[in-house]
Amino acid sequence: MNDMDIANSAPADRPPGPASPDLTAAQPAPAQGIRTRKSKTTVRPGDRIFLGLSRGSGILLLVIMAAIAVFLTVRATHALSQDEGNFLTTFEWSANTDPPVFGIAVLAFGTVVSSLIAMLLAVPVAVGIALFISHYAPRRLAAPLSYVIDLLAAVPSIVYGLWGALFLVPHLGGLYGWFDTYFGWTGVLAYHDGAARSLFTIGILLAIMILPIVTSVSREVFRQAPKMHEEAALALGATRWEVIRMAVLPFGRSGVISASMLGLGRALGETMAVATVLSPSFLISTSLLDPGGGTFAQNIASSFKESGETGKDALIASGLVLFVLTLLVNGAARMIIARRKEFS
Amino acid sequence: MSDVTTTRPTAADAAPLPAAALHQPRLPRWTPAALAALALAAGCGIGLGAGMDSTVQWGLIAAVLYVGLTYGLTARVEGRRQAKDRLATSLVWMCFLIAVVPLVSLIWETVARGSKVLDGGFLSHSMAGVLTIQPGGGVYHAIIGTLEQVGIATAIAAPVGLLTAIYLVEYGRGRLARAVTFFVDVMTGVPSIVAGLFILSFWIIMLDNGYSGFAGSMALAILMMPVVVRSTEEMLKLVPNELREASLALGVPKWRTILKVVLPTAIGGIATGVMLAVARVAGESAPIVLLVFGSQAINNNPFEGAQSSLPYYIYEQWAAGNDASYDRAWAAALVLIAFVMILNLVARGIARWKAPKAGR
Amino acid sequence: MAKRIDVSGLSAFYGAHKAIDDISMTVEPRSVTAFIGPSGCGKSTFLRTLNRMHEVTPGGRVEGKVMLDDENLYGSGVDPVSVRRTVGMVFQRPNPFPTMSIYENVAAGIRLNGGRIRKSELDGVVEKSLKGANLWKEVKDRLDKPGAGLSGGQQQRLCIARAIAVEPQVLLMDEPCSALDPISTLAIEDLIGELKERFTIVIVTHNMQQAARVSDRTAFFNLAGVGQPGKLVEIDDTERIFSNPSVQATEDYISGRFG
Repeated sequence: MNDMDIANSAPADRPPGPASPDLTAAQPAPAQGIRTRKSKTTVRPGDRIFLGLSRGSGILLLVIMAAIAVFLTVRATHALSQDEGNFLTTFEWSANTDPPVFGIAVLAFGTVVSSLIAMLLAVPVAVGIALFISHYAPRRLAAPLSYVIDLLAAVPSIVYGLWGALFLVPHLGGLYGWFDTYFGWTGVLAYHDGAARSLFTIGILLAIMILPIVTSVSREVFRQAPKMHEEAALALGATRWEVIRMAVLPFGRSGVISASMLGLGRALGETMAVATVLSPSFLISTSLLDPGGGTFAQNIASSFKESGETGKDALIASGLVLFVLTLLVNGAARMIIARRKEFS
Repeated sequence: MSDVTTTRPTAADAAPLPAAALHQPRLPRWTPAALAALALAAGCGIGLGAGMDSTVQWGLIAAVLYVGLTYGLTARVEGRRQAKDRLATSLVWMCFLIAVVPLVSLIWETVARGSKVLDGGFLSHSMAGVLTIQPGGGVYHAIIGTLEQVGIATAIAAPVGLLTAIYLVEYGRGRLARAVTFFVDVMTGVPSIVAGLFILSFWIIMLDNGYSGFAGSMALAILMMPVVVRSTEEMLKLVPNELREASLALGVPKWRTILKVVLPTAIGGIATGVMLAVARVAGESAPIVLLVFGSQAINNNPFEGAQSSLPYYIYEQWAAGNDASYDRAWAAALVLIAFVMILNLVARGIARWKAPKAGR
Repeated sequence: MAKRIDVSGLSAFYGAHKAIDDISMTVEPRSVTAFIGPSGCGKSTFLRTLNRMHEVTPGGRVEGKVMLDDENLYGSGVDPVSVRRTVGMVFQRPNPFPTMSIYENVAAGIRLNGGRIRKSELDGVVEKSLKGANLWKEVKDRLDKPGAGLSGGQQQRLCIARAIAVEPQVLLMDEPCSALDPISTLAIEDLIGELKERFTIVIVTHNMQQAARVSDRTAFFNLAGVGQPGKLVEIDDTERIFSNPSVQATEDYISGRFG
């Protein structure tokens, strides 16, 4: 579409000979400056200012992204040079003592585990809801429902946190006791009473929080599944589920994968809901139901106020790790989406 | 070709499929509803009988029973394929219920617990001089903080985002545009706490400024920009090319075409996008914790000194950990949700009202 | 194999809108019946009521009876899934499953219905169906290639192979040639002539020459005005319809004096 704008608009705008800056941008860079100056008469000042402003804004965005990476790296190297422990393997966060000792092992474990639990819980449910909206729900229910799902995405994370801490946690104790009775032998699902402010609870809460984004992206993909293939399957005598399996799911697979990655990116970086619900500790417990553990974002928010200069730098260092992690996950998601666009 | 025709009858006899009977044994239409009621009753019965205190468990038992019963009964009466179909249907319906339950519970809890202390006094007073264990006090200072911080963030992010989107749609060519597109996507995924850390290291640690509402605004602006760019881009792409061509063909310069033709056509959608972005950052608390620091008193100056904000206030009152502060936290949550939802509804209202007529 | 269709008093609705009104007709087995008529007269809707595909469109609803030999398709206790298995359908635009190979496309229906089936048996059915659709010679060396890689006409014959692989009683075709070039169209028309020895075929077409070429009987549909339901004007032997129709409207339509 963009190509057409320019291609169609340029001849109408100015004589075809001397090119305007926007056209030369597509050509080898060195030619640009000279040509623009030579063709002073044809480029209006208004156009030049406007292009400068809008291109400047685009460049500003790039600068901000670069600055985020640079500033975090600078502070992080400062922190790492003072770290007496091993940044990757130390099970401790005493960044304000002298000498400072801190490591991200527990945070990395907690972040990844809680986000993976969230993914495992949210993705199947989100795919289910997306199918419900696109293929199962009576039409009168489908439209308001997708609207409600979008509103669910707008609820601030701190409100989820408050709800999680004061409503969800008290209601999960019984369930966890039950898990302990039947699956306690696995170790992973052992539970020794106490408030259910654990990584698993975080996983459940994060699952609820990423549900809307995963649902709405999947829903769009399912809705785009070509009707004619669904009819082909129906006409062969397929049940509704078989139609979905033959003509909808294969079409939507990559969309669902990228939706889950986007959700994962959200879950990894979620701060306040985790900080409100989790009861943090610098131990890795084999049981996911017992309180304890921590995540990058939660640790930054919870320990910030007690941190001195080195402490803050240490938090920034952990933030850098989180930044890189989310970049990788989001980048992967975008790549899958981009590849899919090429095919369709 | 004719040999195919002649061999056909014998080949047809070897058809591996028995001709399907049209009349298949079918369960009556009310079966799912009846099974659901049965499973629910059984779930509650078992839950009560076994003395389980968590209603979550009751629900789980009922759900498992329902799925099992449906599958078993259908498999017996209608056959395996139909059973699988019903299994999928019941699972999909269950997913829907699973999504609705937390939402309803969240709204219900917030409204029920929040309305307890929410009144005119709560909205017009700050926490200055109020001990956290006392009832009383209010959110006035937090509302002021939120409005100012979000306002400044919008003032920064909306123009930058708008211009970037114009660049991408109207001018964007070549490597720079591709880089901007890619990094806008990347920026969408930047966690809010990381944006906060960036401003912290840049504005507070390196430039040695104090904590202030403005510092928070900058972090919020970083979070807003990509959202504004994306939504504006989508809207600008919806503007039909014929409009641009018509204007350019009249000899109107490109920049005036954009300002007078393209933007007015898309303005409804752009406003919606900006408001949704505002709604999103209004609920952000992580950068506020790092940059604005929180305050109990009214501070009308966003450029100097600590402020509060609604999300931060909720966090603070929750952390205080007593009944009076929990009440205030719920009430503030109600105010925040109302604020965000109103923004959302207004934004969608604008979208519907101003929708480009071409876009179905 | 092939069965007779006996429709009586059939009306179809989209929500509150009545699309076709009170249609009764008989479709003879082992013959080709063509539906012609102006756009929007409900002939495609009527076709879709014959295998209960109409009711999958949101708001779709049907009143009346469709007897397949002595069973009512809309009787209580009739499973729409087995109806569609018994009454196959070919669509306007070729729609092979894009994620499946040519072989898998043909086998799709059997896989759904047949449960467990031996590989050699399945091979036999796939070959027989592709031969039946006059496609075998063109694709026998690339059965594992995606069906979407074929030309439009080949894709449409692949869809026919897929439909006849499950050995339906009736084959419905909804403007099967309207998206194809003349040569592919000819191939499909030849194929229809061969298939009618095994199946009852009903074809909707916009092309009156096509109706005259392929069909034994022709039904003319018309609608009284915009927003009015479509009606069956008359059904008769194709020769009679095209030479000496009993209703004036039919003659007007066929001779091009229509609207």
